Amino acid sequence: MTPAKASSRKTSFSPMIHSYLRMDERFPHVWCPGCGIGIVFGALIHAVHELKIPKKKLLLASGIGCTSRMPGYLDADTFHVLHGRALAAATGVKLARPDMEVVVVGGDGDMLAIGGNHFIHTARRNIGMTCIVLNNYNYAMTGGQQSPTTPRDMFATTAPYGAIDDPVDACLLASGAGAAFVARTTTYNFVQLKRLIKTALSRKGFRLLEVVAQCPTIFGRLNRIPTPKDLVTWIKAHTVTLEAAKKMDAKELEDKVVTGVFVDREVEEYSERYARLVKKVRNAH
Amino acid sequence: MRTEVRLSGRGGQGLILAGIVLAEACGVYEEKEVVQTQSYGPEARGGASRSEVVISDQQIRYPRAYDPDILVALSQPAFDRFAPQVKKKGLIFADSFYVHTDRKDVILMPFSETAREELGREVVTNVLMLGVLSAATGIVKLDSLKKAIKHRVRRAFVELNLQALDVGFKLGQEEWRKRSS
Amino acid sequence: MRRLVSGNEACAEAALRAGIRFFGGYPITPSTEIAELMAEELPRVGGVFIQMEDEIASIMAIIGASAAGVPSMTATSGPGFSLMQEGIGYAAMTEVAVVVVNVMRGGPATGLPTKGSQADFQQARWGTHGDHPVVALTPRGVQECFTLTLRAVEISQRLRVPVILLMDEFIGHMREIVSFPEKVEVYHRQKPRVAPSEYIHYAPDNNYNAPYASFGEGYAIHFSGLNHRSDGFPINDAPTIRWNNERLRAKIEDNLAYLEDNYVDDDPDADTLIVAFGSAARSAYEAKLLTDKPIAYIRALTVWPFPDATVRRLAKGRKRVVVPEMNEGQLAREVERCIGTDTELVSVTRNDGSMLTPKEVLEALR
Repeated sequence: MTPAKASSRKTSFSPMIHSYLRMDERFPHVWCPGCGIGIVFGALIHAVHELKIPKKKLLLASGIGCTSRMPGYLDADTFHVLHGRALAAATGVKLARPDMEVVVVGGDGDMLAIGGNHFIHTARRNIGMTCIVLNNYNYAMTGGQQSPTTPRDMFATTAPYGAIDDPVDACLLASGAGAAFVARTTTYNFVQLKRLIKTALSRKGFRLLEVVAQCPTIFGRLNRIPTPKDLVTWIKAHTVTLEAAKKMDAKELEDKVVTGVFVDREVEEYSERYARLVKKVRNAH
Repeated sequence: MRTEVRLSGRGGQGLILAGIVLAEACGVYEEKEVVQTQSYGPEARGGASRSEVVISDQQIRYPRAYDPDILVALSQPAFDRFAPQVKKKGLIFADSFYVHTDRKDVILMPFSETAREELGREVVTNVLMLGVLSAATGIVKLDSLKKAIKHRVRRAFVELNLQALDVGFKLGQEEWRKRSS
Repeated sequence: MRRLVSGNEACAEAALRAGIRFFGGYPITPSTEIAELMAEELPRVGGVFIQMEDEIASIMAIIGASAAGVPSMTATSGPGFSLMQEGIGYAAMTEVAVVVVNVMRGGPATGLPTKGSQADFQQARWGTHGDHPVVALTPRGVQECFTLTLRAVEISQRLRVPVILLMDEFIGHMREIVSFPEKVEVYHRQKPRVAPSEYIHYAPDNNYNAPYASFGEGYAIHFSGLNHRSDGFPINDAPTIRWNNERLRAKIEDNLAYLEDNYVDDDPDADTLIVAFGSAARSAYEAKLLTDKPIAYIRALTVWPFPDATVRRLAKGRKRVVVPEMNEGQLAREVERCIGTDTELVSVTRNDGSMLTPKEVLEALR
């Protein structure tokens, strides 16, 4: 069973991927050539397919931004919410329908700036959902403004002299807030990406997967790494595994992105806890 | 007939609960028209607090007291602020421990002192005061107040509050006997 | 059965009886008692209460729960209502049924947390960006907090709209003797009867009582806050945008007869008309009874959509219209729009956290 092999060179989608898309006049999609979002979307579809998650039970929610356009193309229940608010809206869905498999996708600006408060509290409560933060270091849809993950000294249209803010680490933030599963990978490593999405989907509670992805059209161009190939290579050059990072000092890690699984622990998912509370209250009367 | 009662003092003296008990006694158990309102600051304890009950035999539209027929003041600031607003023939009850006044028409009553000395708990001053009001003014029957207390007060404290109500009622009766003799 | 109940208690009780089974909220005076009661009662009926991290999250959570098929509600006051505006707009655009209770307090900013006002009347109508109609109901006392909460839930479910219940601190914290009905009729949204391939979430005739799908029912529905086609997918072309806007407008305007709700006490001999709503109407009506002159009176229970035609009809030929309210004159603007230039408009306002008195209204009736 390797659906990817079934793809022919004549069509851009394999039949398996095809079967998960809303194949009508929604295409062509909004993403630029060479964008990293398609890689993440593809990995997500592969993971859902391999885990045999029924479409009827799947909800894909998102906020606003390039990544957040993903739900519109998926043939399942999809929830394109307001900027930053996807996690709060998805919380409502999950508590109303605990049997649904909730996946929330968003960019770094959407999830960590305007949605930062919801990010912390959804992780804290361990609401049962997989949250994929696609980190491309900038607000791409609005033309390349500085985001909370833009590295120091890199350029954005609102950081024309280079960023002086320190970026936020989504994985540290989620770990600190109490998320059950926290991991990071990049679009360079598709195999790890798919595997980590599958792991996240198999866990309970709040699962964060940060995916460092290339935005050649905007971020790459502003930072003089304008081709997809060069930008992906740049991402790879700045990536170290968690194992390798353990042997490196702070100076060596300064401009590095550490990939791997940071947190993987068993928790009681929020709606299970709530169901227990309901049982207790009802038995008491 | 519209009777306006204002219960005033500090936050934490249980004036809002007293207003609710009075309103429920009149409204539910004596089938009068009542509206209970309150006004308070952000503090849970201290600050200014007041609770108003309007009792009528007709539908009550304006829910607040225009100028109270009955004022209870359990603190000096409340007394100073509200005493001048009472109707000419209205009744002013003030706590003899917390309120000092030269006004001869004010009925100074040992609400808090009696609660401390006879019941060992100042916290029941509010309900004791309702007992006094029942005996002294006749706006509400003692029995109706008892029913309202049983409904509104947490079970563990019902007994203590019923005692306080009785003590207050007797205190009110004695005071009234003194005044009418 | 006669009971002594506060406005906030009546609202929570009605919400539960109307079938609200999800409440997401954030504590704020003077609405907090509603959340506290829902926290206590919802688990008992198998519903969900969650305290969210802020009011933005609260409105989004109830939208999510409602989209997943569960009747949902939140309650807040001024500052929280401001934060909820983007969510209210989203619910309007995506046509998700929610009830938002605003127990109005004084403003602007933090204003007067423990004191009442009617100052969010125009905010309820125009608080969101963009342009779309809204539904807002205003109770004048505790009994109506109950009946209008029931009605707010029903309207939201029938029309797939956010419905705003504009209470205020005076009523929320006021206790009155009420008698609630033993049985209430509850409208349940209808599920689609067609196959998923035939289903259109924003079908052209999808208006009053129309069936609609929720998440998890196999209809693969798509919600988006962008202007969208009938299948929910974002689109940028003018005809579709016009269709989308018209749809939102018609949903309210085609159902005016269902939505309009006034208490009218007309008097053919009266040269003065009073227009009022909510708690200010209590003092307004008291003033009408206190004067010896004949006075015509209308109190709107549904304030949005505003009863333009009824106010116009009642004001016609009158010498003046008196508009008492607890803000800086927001209702007066609305009434002025409806009456002719031959009729004098007398605005009676109070905006200091105290309740407008019958005496203040009476002075305007002289």
